[in-house]
Amino acid sequence: MTPLVKPAQDLHHAYRRRDLREALAALALAGPASALIFVFLIAPLVCIALLSLTDYQLGAKALRFVGLHNYSEMFADRVFRRSLENTLIYVSVVVPLSVGLGLGAALLIEAGESLRAFYRTVYFLPVMATLIAMAIVWEFALHPKLGLVNLALKSVGIAGPDWLHDRHIVLYTLAGIGVWQSVGFNMVLFMAGLQAIPRDLYEAAAVDGVSNAWDRFRTVTWPMLGPVSLFVIVITAIRSFQVFDTVQVMTKGGPNRASEVLLYTMYSEGFEFFRTGYAAAVTMVFLAFVLALAALKTWFLDRRVHYA
Amino acid sequence: MVIRGLVKNFGDTRVLNGVDLDIGAGEFITVLGPSGCGKTTLMRIIAGLERQDAGSVEIDGRPVDALRPNERDIAMVFQSYALYPHLTVFDNIALPLRMRRLSWRQRLPGMRRIDRSAQAIERGIAAKVREVAGLLQIEPLLARKPAQLSGGQKQRVAVGRAMVREPRVFLMDEPLSNLDAELRVHMRAEIAQLHRRIGVTFIYVTHDQAEAMTMSDRVVVMMGGRPLQFAPPGDVYADPEDLQVARFVGSPRINTLPGTVHAGGSIEVGGLAVPFDTGLAPGAQVTVSLRPADTKIALQTPDTAGADRAGRELAATIVHRENLGSDLFLHCRVEGIDATLVAREDPGKVGLLPVGAEIRIGLPVEHLLAFDASGRRVRPGGRMTSLAQPAAA
Repeated sequence: MTPLVKPAQDLHHAYRRRDLREALAALALAGPASALIFVFLIAPLVCIALLSLTDYQLGAKALRFVGLHNYSEMFADRVFRRSLENTLIYVSVVVPLSVGLGLGAALLIEAGESLRAFYRTVYFLPVMATLIAMAIVWEFALHPKLGLVNLALKSVGIAGPDWLHDRHIVLYTLAGIGVWQSVGFNMVLFMAGLQAIPRDLYEAAAVDGVSNAWDRFRTVTWPMLGPVSLFVIVITAIRSFQVFDTVQVMTKGGPNRASEVLLYTMYSEGFEFFRTGYAAAVTMVFLAFVLALAALKTWFLDRRVHYA
Repeated sequence: MVIRGLVKNFGDTRVLNGVDLDIGAGEFITVLGPSGCGKTTLMRIIAGLERQDAGSVEIDGRPVDALRPNERDIAMVFQSYALYPHLTVFDNIALPLRMRRLSWRQRLPGMRRIDRSAQAIERGIAAKVREVAGLLQIEPLLARKPAQLSGGQKQRVAVGRAMVREPRVFLMDEPLSNLDAELRVHMRAEIAQLHRRIGVTFIYVTHDQAEAMTMSDRVVVMMGGRPLQFAPPGDVYADPEDLQVARFVGSPRINTLPGTVHAGGSIEVGGLAVPFDTGLAPGAQVTVSLRPADTKIALQTPDTAGADRAGRELAATIVHRENLGSDLFLHCRVEGIDATLVAREDPGKVGLLPVGAEIRIGLPVEHLLAFDASGRRVRPGGRMTSLAQPAAA
């Protein structure tokens, strides 16, 4: 008669076979995505990091390991420092304005019943439009003599500045276009967040004595929008670090480097002066900022603003 | 609290169709009705979250129709509890007090560190929150966030937030429907005890008749936007004013049989002449009903089949049996008329009453309820009843 219970030896083998099958299945399922991430993300990053330690020039046949020379040159370079400074100013203008205006627009549109879809579309149009094409339109609109903006200002008796060629103004003009472009996107995210707030909470607040709009916002809306707000802020910051199209089309970093930004420096060093190693070092600085933002978001999401 | 002629329409649909209620101070009132009968809308109008199209609500002799929810001195417990997920249990309970006692300037972040008077108020609030938490036995939970609480704990926090500012009226909108069955029974007792202890008026909305029967002083049974009966729970069960009330309250559902009024003070039901003087014109159609607990059956045997008994009992066949351990429910098909009656029997008799058994069902006149064609109750002696006047509080 065969024993009802399998000997421990057999059982052990059965388990090991099953573990092996599970491991193979896991590999088959996660493998393709992992491979793609490695080929298109990790590997290029490693290449850039390595390139930033060399004097490689685009098209050159040989390269030399120069250690941290590119970095020391970069931080001593007035142009790079200017570029980093400009980028930080740009980000610190665009993020609060486009997040604040996006939230304001979302609150106003959600508060009213009429024309909701119309306003949503109008605000979202700049997001869908190609920024390069829009930059050209802006260039016309901001022309000091013939542009729509200055003509309008002139009609009310204000002499408009030369928006794109005044070195004190140009960066803020670009930031303004950046805000114009990202408000709609932030607004749509905030609207989704607002719609996810249970109506019950507002009613409970009304019964609890939360009677005016400001208290309602402070007690229910803003805390409940916490996760959305954080996401919007981080996404907007990352997107404004990447400002390039408007600079490339309208100012080329000028006048006199007044609108030079990180990505533009990277582009001109790498593809105009062919100093690939140096451009790679600039890229690493850019990446450090973006990574820091992403890490901040993860850290906050895990501990502060997550409710569920 | 006095409610007069409340009407509410949502678009073309009339949700409340003339609601009049007089509620005594400190009463526990349950609004009972199937979903869509307008009971939640009624409560939301009382709370001020919804505006009525006609009629008025008075609390302590003062009309509150023009007041905002926070000015009405009412508190509400929501079906979903509606706790603020970003605040701790302590802050959830403290919020109504902070909103009332602190000025907007004192509520600004950080101000409570600087402002002396705000600190004193805050100490008073903390003492009150702890007192309420002690009463509800949720003191150990004060530092937690709602996401870390079980359903029953959330329920208690919601009740705590409602009672902390000592409102005159307590509104509860199906507060137990998100809890599991066992906890529901437990919370039922707890809420009833809470009412006895704090003694303010409770208005409790539910579709669960067990909650209505066990907790309340009086029950409002609502159907189709109208209160059909407003009476103590026992009366709603034993003495319903309307066929719909009789059908809604009681489980299993009340038995109904079609009948015709005969001259000389009797109703003909399935060939039986039941002595019941409705006062209605002969030939009028009525519905005769009988609670399953009052429906007594007897096995048909040669000696019970005598002519004497046959004149007062219906012949029927058992078609289905449900043994719940404490009760035995027998579904009986009545011969001659298209009706099934349910009878409650002692489970000890289960062996005697197999499916297919031929039985006799008596119609004890003292337990019979008759309703006219429009569903209104008709009582023996021909007295038509009107909507019950509220009992003296």
